[in-house]
This record gives sequence, C-alpha cells and structure tokens, in this order.
Amino acid sequence: MSLLPFCEWLASTKYSVALHESLYMYPVVESVHVLTLCLFVGMSVMLDLRLLGITLRRVSVQEVTDRLLPWMVAGFIVMFVTGILLFYAIPVRSYQNVFFRLKLIALVLAGLNAWIFHVGIHQNVHQWGADVRTPPRARFAGAASLFLWALVIVCGRMIAYNWFDCDMHPGPVMQVLTGCPGKDLPK
Amino acid sequence: MVSDFFLWVDATRAHQVISSSTWMFAVIESIHLLALSVIGGAVLMLDLRFLGVGLRRQSIPDVARDAQPWLVSSWVVMIVTGIALFVSEPTKLYYSAPFWWKMTFLLLATLFAFTVRRKVAQADEAHVRPLTYKLVALVSLALWFCVGASGRWIGFSG
Repeated sequence: MSLLPFCEWLASTKYSVALHESLYMYPVVESVHVLTLCLFVGMSVMLDLRLLGITLRRVSVQEVTDRLLPWMVAGFIVMFVTGILLFYAIPVRSYQNVFFRLKLIALVLAGLNAWIFHVGIHQNVHQWGADVRTPPRARFAGAASLFLWALVIVCGRMIAYNWFDCDMHPGPVMQVLTGCPGKDLPK
Repeated sequence: MVSDFFLWVDATRAHQVISSSTWMFAVIESIHLLALSVIGGAVLMLDLRFLGVGLRRQSIPDVARDAQPWLVSSWVVMIVTGIALFVSEPTKLYYSAPFWWKMTFLLLATLFAFTVRRKVAQADEAHVRPLTYKLVALVSLALWFCVGASGRWIGFSG
C-alpha cells in the first residue's frame, strides 16, 4: 500500500497550498525548525557526551537528565510541530525524497534508542549516575544517540537537494527507494 | 576595497572547486549544521545556568569550565566551514543583506562570549549580582539567535 494518494490529497488542501506558497511563513517555520536544533540536539549532545564520560564528569547523570530533559522535551515538541508543518507544505516531494525517508528511519531508531535507555539502564541511574565511566549500556546509548541525531540532521539538510527527485529520473535502485513511478510505466 | 576582496575570492581555485561540485556545498553545509547543534548546546548550557534554570546544583565557574572546550571547538568548526561556504559564493554574498547582518552579529556575539561573558562566568559567584548573570545570559542568547536567524535567511534571499 502506498501513502502517495494520501500525500497527494494533503497537497491539495487549502492550508498546504497556502503554506507552500507563502512568502514568509514557510521560511519562518523552517528557520524555527533549524534553530531549535540548538536546544534539542544541543542538550542531547551534552547528555550523550556525559554518558560517554567526556564532559560534565563531576555532574551526576541523574542531575543532567533531571535538569536538561525538560529542555530537550520542549525542543523536541517544537521540532516535531514545525517538522510536521514543513511536511504538510510539501507532502508529495518529501514522501518521494530518499533523504526524507532515511531521516524518518534514523528518527525512529533515535527514538527507540532513547526509549530503551529510559526504561532500561536509566531506571537505576542513582546507582551509577555519579561514575565517570558509566555502564556499557549507557555508553552505547550515548554513542548511538550522537550518531543517529547526526544522521537525522545530515539527511534533513539533504532533503533540500533534488539530486534524486522523480523528475530527475533516478536510476533503478533509487527508483525503488524513492517510490518514483518509472519512466516507461503508465502513470 | 571590500568588493575587490570578494572578486579575488571569486577567482580562486578553491571557489572553482567548491562551486562546481555537486555535493561539496551540501556536505560542508551539513558539517556547519552539526557544529551548530554543538555550539547551541555549549552556549545554552551556560546561559540556562546563568538564568537559574539549568544545572543549578553546579557552580557557574564549573559549568563554564565544562562548556568552554565545546564552545571553542564548535566555533572553530563553524568558522572553517563558514569560510568554505563563503568561498563558494562570494559575489552572491556581497549583495546579500542577511550575510552582512550575520557577520556583524557574529563579531558582536564572539566578542561578547570571549570577553564579558567569560569574565562573568569565571568570577567568584559571591561577587556577581544575580541580575548581572541574567543580563549576560539574555544578551548572549539574543546575539547568537540573531547570528543563526540571519544566517538561515542568507539561503532564502537572492
């Protein structure tokens, strides 16, 4: 089942067209999306680096999560809402963009990693939170988080490039990955 | 003349290499964005602490000491990748108002971060008034926000 018809319907709605064609609204939403990186990913990076024992070594992990998590959550909500709006403005092209698809996969993995950390090893943070060298599972969570959010950012930036857009007629592999209709297939 | 410098950059081999490549600008920009996250984290960690809403149980000089290497290193990455982005399109940037705003705010934010803010962060907390911390944090956040916002706007204009 393809989500293409849904995206096409979304693109035809009044507010999607309005946002897409707006002179200032779209750039403003996009700027908010990008600048909130500083809050959301910035704070996450500091937590991840603490889990790896690279910074804030004298601060317990528990304090870092207690004090910085609310900021991360606030940042994530802004990222999520503006992200949905950006997709809503350009649904079909985003859906068929290989970087957008990769970004969503990385996003799900990053979310999964954060969830496993919080319901897992973080549950008894009071036992190990003060250690500079945290348990392997916590260090893995920190490293995975750094890698996955970096991937999300790079893929997100690349969505802007049309290298593999359907109208560029990408090769057979990309055609599968982007879900573009083939050149000689009836539309 | 300033415009002569921009024209000279436009004639360099580096300009040719970056601007004629399909992917180079995109890759440099991605690194610029990755460093943005880190510099954002380093700036916010200390400014939130100044405002009393961050790592409250740590002393301000302690938080500043932990944040400083990340601020400096991400600043260097931002500048290096920023120069590469500049080299790729100097003649466009010469006529871009957001570019000149960004450079102005960048100069102010950098000067502020490495002089006033640094001094205040390292000072004995007993000798600094709470209002001073809050003012420094607000000026810092406002300046860096303007750098980021005008930087993003370069891409939307022209």
